[in-house]
Amino acid sequence: MAIKVEHLNHIYGEGTAFEQYALKDVNVTIEDGQFVGLIGHTGSGKSTLIQHLNGLLRGSSGSIYYNGENIYSEGYDMKSLRSKVGLVFQYPEHQLFEVDVFSDVCFGPKNLGLSKDEIEERAKGALEQVGLDESFYRKSPFELSGGQKRRVAIAGVLAMEPEVLILDEPTAGLDPKGRDEILDEIKALHREKKITIILVSHSMEDMARYADRLLVMNHGEKVFDDSPKNVFKHYKELEKMGLAAPQITYVVHELREHGVDIADDLTTVEEARDAILKILRR
Amino acid sequence: MLREITLGQYYPVDSVIHRLDPRTKLFGTLIFIVSLFITTTVWGYLLATAALIWVIKLTKVPFSFMVKGLKAILFLLLISVSFNLFLTSGEVLVQIWIFKITREGLRMAGFMAVRLIYLVLGSTIMTLTTTPNELTDGLEKSMGFLNKVGVPVHEISMMMSIALRFIPILVEETDKIMKAQMARGADFETGNLIQKVKAMVPLLVPLFISAFRRATDLAMAMEARCYRGGDGRTKMKPLQYAFRDRAAYGLQLFYLAGMIGLRFYR
Repeated sequence: MAIKVEHLNHIYGEGTAFEQYALKDVNVTIEDGQFVGLIGHTGSGKSTLIQHLNGLLRGSSGSIYYNGENIYSEGYDMKSLRSKVGLVFQYPEHQLFEVDVFSDVCFGPKNLGLSKDEIEERAKGALEQVGLDESFYRKSPFELSGGQKRRVAIAGVLAMEPEVLILDEPTAGLDPKGRDEILDEIKALHREKKITIILVSHSMEDMARYADRLLVMNHGEKVFDDSPKNVFKHYKELEKMGLAAPQITYVVHELREHGVDIADDLTTVEEARDAILKILRR
Repeated sequence: MLREITLGQYYPVDSVIHRLDPRTKLFGTLIFIVSLFITTTVWGYLLATAALIWVIKLTKVPFSFMVKGLKAILFLLLISVSFNLFLTSGEVLVQIWIFKITREGLRMAGFMAVRLIYLVLGSTIMTLTTTPNELTDGLEKSMGFLNKVGVPVHEISMMMSIALRFIPILVEETDKIMKAQMARGADFETGNLIQKVKAMVPLLVPLFISAFRRATDLAMAMEARCYRGGDGRTKMKPLQYAFRDRAAYGLQLFYLAGMIGLRFYR
């Protein structure tokens, strides 16, 4: 049991004319080692939710337990929570500030009060995990490409060696190649380091490919919480929320309507390819 | 913390005051400020109070929202009140150690406090009921005559409106950067002064970089739409006086005359 959210509400501008529910009675438990996808249209509360998980925002009511401890209890060590639950924001420009890549990645572990050797060891390890070699260490973070900046930002959080890694749209604005590389690296972290991953994304294809569990937020409420395959069966409801299913799911449904006997829970191109080939060979 | 400053924050409701021409409101604010310095009597302040309350009622902005702006000047208020209270010579009322409170001091301190509070409230009314764009439009139009003596009025007002437009954006950006750094264990609250200043570096560097980036982007976007300064530039919504503006000007002059009258009436 890693993160447990109970009856969490968040109200912006409580008591004024601008009062607005950002989160409404959210209940969710995220187990160790899961790869959770989080989708929802802009303003659905997904960014608000993830900022609660490491204590950056405080709920108006409700509670959050990390490894069984209530993070809202008196004297709870928020700083240690933030090193355990790492959060990478969407724009790397919001966190890069040092003269070179290496010292920027050192910022996180330095704040944990580690020894100099330990800090450098962790920074090296983190940069290696995101695929940046030593030639990048002394470069200014501002002369890097978008994808490289994103990697430095991820490394900056990884260097704190979190148990849970939350990524807010880590692939926004990247070209297809850079996107696949980043997602594959995240998947590798999940597989090899057994880090729990929570990934916010607008790409249904990515969700179908990488996540084992998919949470859907709408108007501050959790509306679906299931495997991507099961969630995407509700593609008509998803469309009403301004979301969609992977494009291949539509192709499969179209085929079914034309009388082709194909399963209705295919969500990746590879699965669909195999299923169609199987039918053709019959 | 930054969100509590109401000065320069538009409150979106529909009221007579909101609909007034910005020039009328600028002029009215100016008259109100001048009147506060003209008056020296209790009757004058009572008239100013009545006018202020009436206008605040008309704006439909909750009074509590307006008073928030006063928090920013609390410190200034305290200093000026205590200076007047303790340093004015005259008939001594109370004496504690070397501090004397005089009748004149008490009077001065009271008037000073009222004057400061009204000054802030008066200008807050204007900024709460006028969008920054209207405000600079109004300023540009009323100050247009300065163009003839070589003051670049249009450029100044454009700079002002851009600066005002950027305030909420940069506030939001600061919030995001703070969160991103706190997620990496940064601590902005504890520690002594030097540690606090040092802790600001990871906040200020990304903020400055983003401000410069936004500025160049904006310049590019303006040039792409053929912006070349004020000469020959027309307005989509030119300012036009309506009946309510004439009525408001009338009331303002009437008020000013009343205040001048009260100064000399004994």
